[in-house]
Parts: sequence; C-alpha cells; structure tokens
Amino acid sequence: MAITILIPTALRAFTDRRGEVQAEGKTVGEAVASFAKAYPDIRRHLYEEDGTLRSFINVYVGEMNVKNLDGVDTRLKDGDTVTLVPAIAGGRV
Amino acid sequence: MSVIPDGRLADLSNEEISRYSRHLLLPEIGVEGQRRIRAAKVLIVGAGGLGAPLALYLAAAGVGVIGVADGDFVEASNLQRQIIHSSKDIDRPKVASARDKIRALNPDVNVAAIGVSLTSANAMEIIKDYDIVADGTDNYQTRYLINDACALLGVPNVYGSIFQFEGQSSVFYAKEGPCYRCLYPSPPPPGLVPSCAEGGVMGVLPGIVGTIQAAEVIKLIVGGNDSLIGRLLLFDAWKMKFRELKIEKDANCPLCGEHPTIFAPIDYERFCGLKKTADEKPVETITALELKARLDNGEKIQLIDIREPHERAIVKFPDAKTIPLGQMSRRAGELNPDIDAVFLCKIGQRSVFAIRALEEAGYAGRMLNLRDGVNAWARDVDKNLPQY
Repeated sequence: MAITILIPTALRAFTDRRGEVQAEGKTVGEAVASFAKAYPDIRRHLYEEDGTLRSFINVYVGEMNVKNLDGVDTRLKDGDTVTLVPAIAGGRV
Repeated sequence: MSVIPDGRLADLSNEEISRYSRHLLLPEIGVEGQRRIRAAKVLIVGAGGLGAPLALYLAAAGVGVIGVADGDFVEASNLQRQIIHSSKDIDRPKVASARDKIRALNPDVNVAAIGVSLTSANAMEIIKDYDIVADGTDNYQTRYLINDACALLGVPNVYGSIFQFEGQSSVFYAKEGPCYRCLYPSPPPPGLVPSCAEGGVMGVLPGIVGTIQAAEVIKLIVGGNDSLIGRLLLFDAWKMKFRELKIEKDANCPLCGEHPTIFAPIDYERFCGLKKTADEKPVETITALELKARLDNGEKIQLIDIREPHERAIVKFPDAKTIPLGQMSRRAGELNPDIDAVFLCKIGQRSVFAIRALEEAGYAGRMLNLRDGVNAWARDVDKNLPQY
C-alpha cells in the first residue's frame, strides 16, 4: 500500500531535506520501517535500542495519534498520510 | 470559563475605555472581558523569540501584571527575531530590556522582571502568584518543569515551540485536558534533535507562534471557547500551512493521569539525560590549538566536516572532507580507520552525534571531536574567520 510520510524539518537532515517521502506498508509500523530502510541514517532517531518507536516522536494518521488507535499496528489504507511530530524545544540542546 | 475570578474585577476609567475601545467593541471581549484582562496576572517564561511578541501584545492588551522570567543577557544574534530587544540593549539582562519596552508601551502594566532561570527550587514559588503561564523557553528541562509546576498548581500553560520553519502551539491545562507529558512522555536524548543555535530559525517564525500564544492567553482570560486545549497546532512558515492534531489526555500520565506519581518538581537535568551516566563512553576531544599544532607537525589527520553545504558556505574549513551528519552511517566506508579522524561542526555538538553514529555503524578507527567546533577555530586559530 502506498503511504505518504510527512517529515518535520527537525528530521529532514536525514531524508536529503525531503519533507514528504513515499513508503509501503499495511500498518503504521510497516510503513515507518520501510521508510527507515530507505534512509538508514534516520533509524537511531526513530527507534529505541529495543526497536520500539521513540516516545518523543508522535505518529499521526490523519489528525489522530496512533497511541489512541492501535499503535504501530494501526491499519493503513492506500493513499493514507502518516505525520511524524517530534518534540521541538527551540534554542538550546 | 475565564480563569480570572469575578472578585478581582474593578471598573474601567474613562481613559481605559478610550484606550481599549477596539476590544470593548468586540462582544466576545467587551467591558467585562477588558476588566478581566486588567485583573490578569500572566507569567512569560523566556524573554526571547516567543516571549517578545507575547510581552508586547499582552502589554498592549492591558494585562494588569506581566511577569517576565529569564536569566540571559541580550546578544547580537538574538536581534534577528527577539524584537523586544534593540541594538543598544546588547549585554543588558533580557528582563531589563523587556521591562523598559513594556513600560514604554503601556505604563499601566505592572511588570515583574525576574532575572533568573526557572528551576525546580523556585518554580512553584514564582508560578503560584500568576493566573496563566506562557512557555517561551528554548529547552526541554524548563518545558517539563513549567508543565509539571503548572499542573500541580492548577494553572494553564500556554505552550509554543519553534525550530527552523516549523512551530507548535497548544494549551496544556491538566484540569480540563492533556498536559505536555500526555503528548511527549519523555524528551529526546540530548542533541538528537539539533537546536536552533545549530539548525537555525526563521526570524518571523517566533513572531507568529508567540502571537498565537498571546491570543490563547487573552482567550483564557476573557473566557473564550475553542481554546487550544486538547489540540496541537502545527505551523510550517515555509509551506505556509497550518495543521491541527488531537491530543488526548493519557490515563497513564505520571502527572495528570489516574494514578499520578509526580507530586512536586523533579530533577529535570537528570530526566532530560543531561547528567552523564557512568557507563557512557566519553567522546575524545581535541582543542582548536591542539589540532593546529598537530597539522603544523605534518601529522596525517582526516578532517571531517559534518556540516550541510549551505552552512559550509558561511565559513569554509580548509582541507576538510565533507560528509553531512545525515549521511554519516551510510558513508562510513569512506573513512580510513588507521588514521585519526577529527570531526567538526559549528559548535562541537552535532559532531558528537556523528561520532556516535559511526560507533554504532561499527567504525573502529580513532575519532576526536573538535571542541567548540569551527567557531573555536575562528576564535583561537584563524581570527580572520567570522564566528556564527
């Protein structure tokens, strides 16, 4: 299933500055994994060492947080848009 | 529902009726709303890019008491976006400059200039005197601190945050909706997301996001419906797009959930991973002067500039191989593990992540981080280069 993933500016250094990338998957987890495979440098920003998605990045399908749906198992349909919404703080690390 | 109790309202003078007539003409605000605005006490944390429009618009609106908390001093690089400060304010405390501008704009505002950073030790004591807090800070520790202290005291927290071209805003009011922890249970490990000092920020972006915060503050005071409680507003200034996402209250939130475990501010440095853990392998560093000496000795060193092309155009570093941070893992094979590699960026923070990424990719050679980055080279070695 063709999925569009919207990349926030904070993560675009790892997607060759692209704000929108195409991915494949029947679920949110599969779509994000297919995207991370295409851009390996983003992996450590998306995943904890145990393979779960990092908690400072929220994943939305439409306007709903997948935390309030079925998490990474949330089903996607062809043409869905997945948005990554990381915490941003501003000036300092 | 207004957050300002009726008991604090007093009549407007004729001068006030003239001055605020454009508010009084709005049925949603009117005389009663303006009386609430005058009775309101709002704390702005951070007198920077977000705090500047917040302070100016809230002062113009006639907010009775405006507290401004910030321990920083005005620097030249602030002036591209922090419009409450001027060239003549460089090196002054930000709160002094902000206080002067607020008073000049509206002498009826009672300004509290709080020239310290908010900490776990002082936050509850400072925030308890205010009806609303506006978060205009620039770091995760203070954001979690403000969130926790506001939820514990029952004060709404009007949130705004910016990076490059993108902003977020919401209202975290645990009594009526989710808090920041419901959205982000924990912060990113330090440096994983670059700061504005390294990533840059479009100057008007905090102007827009801070003004959205000011609008939300006024609505909380007046009692407008449709506040940003439970909604996350995303703004992209480059695409000029707004999006709205839902934020649900998290039943498992340790602060405002069903079984809370946080009853007082915690150690936010530790929470945000800023205290070194014992098992973390330190990154070897080299100073600009040490690097210069080794290069002058004719030693073989691989210089790796991890900055993006547009950034190298600001200050070029001589004879360095360029591998942007975002390509480090996949280009690890271009390095020779038999020769020391020195990694450089603007201020020596992102270069640490380049080293960590290569460690994870299994690179076995010796890696050194240029302390304080290209700016240190400009400061200590080649004084003809600018610092940026």
